[in-house]
Amino acid sequence: MGSPRPDRHYLLRQRDVSGIHQLAVYREHGGYQALQQALEANQPDQLVELTKASGLRGRGGAGFPTGMKWSFLPKDGRARVLVVNADEGEPGTFKDRELMEGNPHQLIEGMIITCFAIGAPESYVYIRGEFLHGYERLTAAIREAEEAGILGERVMGTDFSHRMFVYRGAGAYICGEETALLESLEGKRGNPRSKPPFPAVAGLYGRPTVVNNVETIMNLPPLVLEGADWYRQWGTEKSPGLKVMSVSGHVNRPGNYEVPLDWTLAELIEAAGGVRTGHQVKAVIPGGSSMPCMPASQLDTPIDYESLVQAGSMLGSGGCIVMDETTCMVRAVARVVRFYRNESCGKCTPCREGTFWLTDILDRLERGDGEMSDLDTLLDVSDNINGKAFCALGDAAVGFLVSALKHFREEFVEHITGQRCPLGARQYDTVNH
Amino acid sequence: MSERNWPAEWQEWAEASRATFPNAQSSLMPFLHRVRSQRGWLPPEALDAAADLLGMTRQHVNSVVSFYTLFRSEPTGRRTIHVCLGLSCMMAGADTLMENLEHHLGIAEGQTTRDGAVTLLEAECLAACDLAPAAQVNLVYRGPVAPEAFRELLEMPVPEPEGWVPPSAPEAPEVTNHG
Ligand SMILES: Cc1cc2nc3c(=O)[nH]c(=O)nc-3n(C[C@H](O)[C@H](O)[C@H](O)COP(=O)(O)O)c2cc1C
Ligand code: SF4
Ligand code: FES
Repeated sequence: MGSPRPDRHYLLRQRDVSGIHQLAVYREHGGYQALQQALEANQPDQLVELTKASGLRGRGGAGFPTGMKWSFLPKDGRARVLVVNADEGEPGTFKDRELMEGNPHQLIEGMIITCFAIGAPESYVYIRGEFLHGYERLTAAIREAEEAGILGERVMGTDFSHRMFVYRGAGAYICGEETALLESLEGKRGNPRSKPPFPAVAGLYGRPTVVNNVETIMNLPPLVLEGADWYRQWGTEKSPGLKVMSVSGHVNRPGNYEVPLDWTLAELIEAAGGVRTGHQVKAVIPGGSSMPCMPASQLDTPIDYESLVQAGSMLGSGGCIVMDETTCMVRAVARVVRFYRNESCGKCTPCREGTFWLTDILDRLERGDGEMSDLDTLLDVSDNINGKAFCALGDAAVGFLVSALKHFREEFVEHITGQRCPLGARQYDTVNH
Repeated sequence: MSERNWPAEWQEWAEASRATFPNAQSSLMPFLHRVRSQRGWLPPEALDAAADLLGMTRQHVNSVVSFYTLFRSEPTGRRTIHVCLGLSCMMAGADTLMENLEHHLGIAEGQTTRDGAVTLLEAECLAACDLAPAAQVNLVYRGPVAPEAFRELLEMPVPEPEGWVPPSAPEAPEVTNHG
């Protein structure tokens, strides 16, 4: 059993306080007190230390320790930039959208605190182009903050000045990858850059840049107010704190759940109302479609970063997709691989060509036209993408496929020997596949 | 700086974009977004205007526009419907929803109706899997949309591009049958 569920929401605060997207309501409920406290204490380095001590890890996918990332910025006197990654496109993940739409001031407050900590006079939010409502909420909140003297010259009457910009993406999953994001923010095609140099050294317009996820940054205000020990009451030594998990698929109450990182997958699914009534879990992808799936026998696994890796998957962005026994794994895998084929930026050959090849084979298998040798080819092509592509999208494209072939190989074989889907998954006549 | 007489609002938007994003070419996408929401798509003269007003080559503008799915440079309906066909939506019946729309409108995914009014597009995960099957109409979310309730997407009130012009000579849409 994991830690008890917290008595209130610290990130999804709109669940407890209606109208908190408005400045007046946010302030009435303690908003911008953390910023004021941080500015008054005037110890930027201690904010970095606090973040390190809390053990907060990046919520965008890789789980990199946040305070450590900030301390990689070169100490050469150049002005730093914070770029918040709000491009949320990882299939199965929908937390940043709800966080920004419902609680935009906490993101703004977290950003100003972070910028004060790292010494950044400017910050950017790169928001997914489809998030029109989120964009409007966020820009309205920034305007409110500017008018209240919380943004702009002399933030809250101190010597710290800060400008914040919101930049809209335009439909490209790869722009969630931090260097592709920076290219896009500079007004170019979103092709990933080679690393090094890392963004910390040469990021946006060549400046030292920190890229952090929306949820990561929204942890800062409560962290400043409550302290590192408070944060560590949840989760594990290496994965402390709370995480907003997006639960979708075959559960009774799909949605976002803010839970301690030591909960198990079973506890999380229970919180989401349990698997569809009358059905059983077949497989779960715990962290967005880029991550390997786990069979029902592994539901006792805690969701902390280490436990999920040990179980053969990853926490990723926290997009937990629950599939019950009616789900055809071949079809599910085909759909996911097709996503990566469509979203491959085309810069490198293994990913650009490999995802096409995999999609073709999977479509054939789904139709019942596959051959046994196709299964070897799938693994062979996957092997030629995994670890050999220019950016992490390549690995992401094959994680689910390889794990499904491991746990559900029988189902792939039945599609070949029976020349049809054993679960009777329908074919569609006009959808372009 | 401009050589041609672009619509006044385009000149204004180009100036506003440059003022907000003075660095590198960062003013391009904000400008394109404004034209896109005005017209519903990006006609060729808008790309010429972007190059001219923002001081970049037309080739660069093309390279950017062709990378992003929301920047469409072919005539697009007053109402653009994006149906998510991602994994969670697929599990909730998104393919049937798409199929119903295709049959009702007489077009396939990716096409526009004969009168030019409705464009039907497939979307990747819209980050609204809790609303599966989810869709967007002119970027306004709707979900869950039960497959048989597809008409909601044609009838729900949404902000429309005020500068949208119907295509002069509509091409007969071609219905393809795959698989
Ligand atoms: C293909 C790909 C897509 C990504 N998409 C996102 C995204 O939508 N949002 C996000 O925060 N991080 C995304 N990431 C991770 C970012 O590159 C980066 O690691 C992250 O924004 C860092 O923030 P964090 O340390 O706060 O997690 C993606 C990575 C890859 C390889
Ligand atoms: S792995 Fe795919 S997305 Fe990444 S650079 Fe190569 S082609 Fe582009
Ligand atoms: S899969 Fe449709 S919104 Fe995520």
